[in-house]
Amino acid sequence: MQNSTKVIAAIVENKPGVLHSIANMFRRRGYNIESITVGHTEKKGLARMTITLNGDNKTIEQVVKQMNKLIDVVKVSYLEKENIVTRELALVKIKVIDAKTRSDAINCVEVFRGRVVDVSPETLTVEITGTSDKIDAFVNLMRTYGIMELARTGLTALSRGVKSIRIID
Amino acid sequence: MTEMSGAKAIIKALEKQKVDVIFGILGGAVLSIYDHFRNSEIRHILCRHEQGAAHAAEGYARASGKPGVCMATSGPGATNLVTGIANAYMDSVPIIAITGQVPTTSKNTTYMIGRDSFQEADIVGITTPITKYNYQLKSAAEIPGTVKKAFHIATTGRPGPVLIDVPKNLQTEVAEMNFSNKIRIKGYKPKTNPHPLQIDRAVKLLITAEKPIILSGGGVIISNASHELLKTAETLIAPVATSFMGKGSVPENHPLSVGSIGMHGNPAANKLLCEADVVLAVGTRFSDRSTGTIDTFCSKAQKIHIDIDAAEIGKNIEVNVPIVADAKKALREINHRLIIQLKNRKESSWANRVKETKQQLNKPPNKSESNLKPKAILHELRKILPNDAIVATEVGQNQMWSALYFNILKPRTFISSGGLGTMGFGFPASIGAKVACPNRPVVDIAGDGSFRMTEQELATSVTEDIPVIVIVLNNSVLGMVAQWQRFFFKGRYAAVKLGSSPDFVKLAEAYGAQGLRATSLKEFKKAVKQALKSDVTTVIDIPISEEENVVPMVLPGCGIGEQVGDY
Repeated sequence: MQNSTKVIAAIVENKPGVLHSIANMFRRRGYNIESITVGHTEKKGLARMTITLNGDNKTIEQVVKQMNKLIDVVKVSYLEKENIVTRELALVKIKVIDAKTRSDAINCVEVFRGRVVDVSPETLTVEITGTSDKIDAFVNLMRTYGIMELARTGLTALSRGVKSIRIID
Repeated sequence: MTEMSGAKAIIKALEKQKVDVIFGILGGAVLSIYDHFRNSEIRHILCRHEQGAAHAAEGYARASGKPGVCMATSGPGATNLVTGIANAYMDSVPIIAITGQVPTTSKNTTYMIGRDSFQEADIVGITTPITKYNYQLKSAAEIPGTVKKAFHIATTGRPGPVLIDVPKNLQTEVAEMNFSNKIRIKGYKPKTNPHPLQIDRAVKLLITAEKPIILSGGGVIISNASHELLKTAETLIAPVATSFMGKGSVPENHPLSVGSIGMHGNPAANKLLCEADVVLAVGTRFSDRSTGTIDTFCSKAQKIHIDIDAAEIGKNIEVNVPIVADAKKALREINHRLIIQLKNRKESSWANRVKETKQQLNKPPNKSESNLKPKAILHELRKILPNDAIVATEVGQNQMWSALYFNILKPRTFISSGGLGTMGFGFPASIGAKVACPNRPVVDIAGDGSFRMTEQELATSVTEDIPVIVIVLNNSVLGMVAQWQRFFFKGRYAAVKLGSSPDFVKLAEAYGAQGLRATSLKEFKKAVKQALKSDVTTVIDIPISEEENVVPMVLPGCGIGEQVGDY
């Protein structure tokens, strides 16, 4: 069984302590979270968490089961890579020393369909959205200019088509 | 809807859950709750240490099958409960721990919690990994619903401890309390009914098995499924081995019972499990002490695993047929089909093999040996005690000798710290068990090391009039670790000698209990009989050899088929 990055989505109660109990379970059982994103859902009182972690299928199965055991986790699913859309957002502050590097950098940003969201005499801040691979590629390219600051949200994901993780009252 | 204070609401909510006893110690942050005990039918038992209160609540729960309740104040009171809560979590026992907390607000500040106030401890944070769930109340009006939810979570599915943290100001806050609201927990719906397809697969496997064996765990006791399990065994004519926690799930004097498995398991149980071709495991989590090395555990057998906790299936052992369900319900389904298909099954050669193995490997105590051997002591004890007597143990050699040599004949009559291995558990647990079953003798089989860890509860048992019997197998050392130092550190003893202090007879007497010493088997029998007649707690001190080992033993890193030493 091969280790690879896997995506788990969970609908959880939106209240204090929930993130702690989930993070605590991961720490205690030795699972390593690569990224975690949390936000509101279409239902009041429920939040959605997207967790990526590295492991083989057996590990992921245990993670899903252990998450399911937590009372505040309402529903949890392993999302197979082939059947989901994933996105990540990054804000990248790039160093631009002169007008030429600035226009070069902006060209690259356009190729990657990013957006310049802030400009100062020495910096350019870019917003870029896409799959994690795309963001990796963009970040690597920007290293040639010099990255002053980088903030990535971590991956979020939804299933394709009608399949969904919903809570029906 | 009625208006009342939070403290009164807590007592009322507990009464609604039919709580009749609480083990606890009061303190500054629970004064208001304690003030309301005087108006309640609930008996409060004042323990001498919060750890004792938590263990007593667990002993009560395990003997009665009802949830046990313990209470402590904020800060150190709450943290002293931690060992007891962790113990209940590991052994899946429903206890409710209620802790006081510093106020959420006070006259001087808007928020006291989080300001490192006097006797503040983040007990919710501390107990998150050792509770099934925990709550910190934010308003008094939440009390009725929260208590109801706590009991529901603790007692259903795979049971476990639930903690409710109650800030001090909410205890005096007056609010409209609604006790009749239905509770709803979105993320908690334990699955209890087995999947019919998996039952079919299990039945097919069992019917075709030539050498079937049942591995019965603590889940069988929790689910009150002993009757069903025995029915399965008798229909299949299959031997029943138990996990340590499953001890007592079948009467150990039953012809099909082969004892408990594991590191210090019964050699017949370990051996037959290795020979079986189909294992039906029920309510057990395949702990490392049970299985020995995982890759050699029942490697020849197809495995059926019934457990109410889906996360236990496939966690430690890969199984062929997973059944997520309540043990009783699953076994009923299995029995229903087995009985139709296996009516009048004749004993096979496997049944003979079981008898032969038991006979060969389970020798009675040697009469010619020095008569103060643990095996002989425990055999005698079994003869004296009635079948429904409750036996608790401490942890270490006393516990493993009990597992090996003391037959348990009824479910819920063996109470021991299986998962966490908490020294000092047995004595307070036996007090809790006695409160649950006041008309039955309760005995704590102890070692001198373990007993000293919670011995102060002698005061509880004497002043609260809860007579139990403590049998101290006194070898003046921390016996199990001394054994490991003998086996694995070439006999280099380090920090294991306890010496002859204290004198347990005098210690008992100092507490107002009865202290007896037995230096022969004859004296021991006499002492137990005297203790059974006594209406006060009795400590029986029995000096045994410092060098005594628990054997047979599966050495670390070996499979359970490779035990060393004779039974």
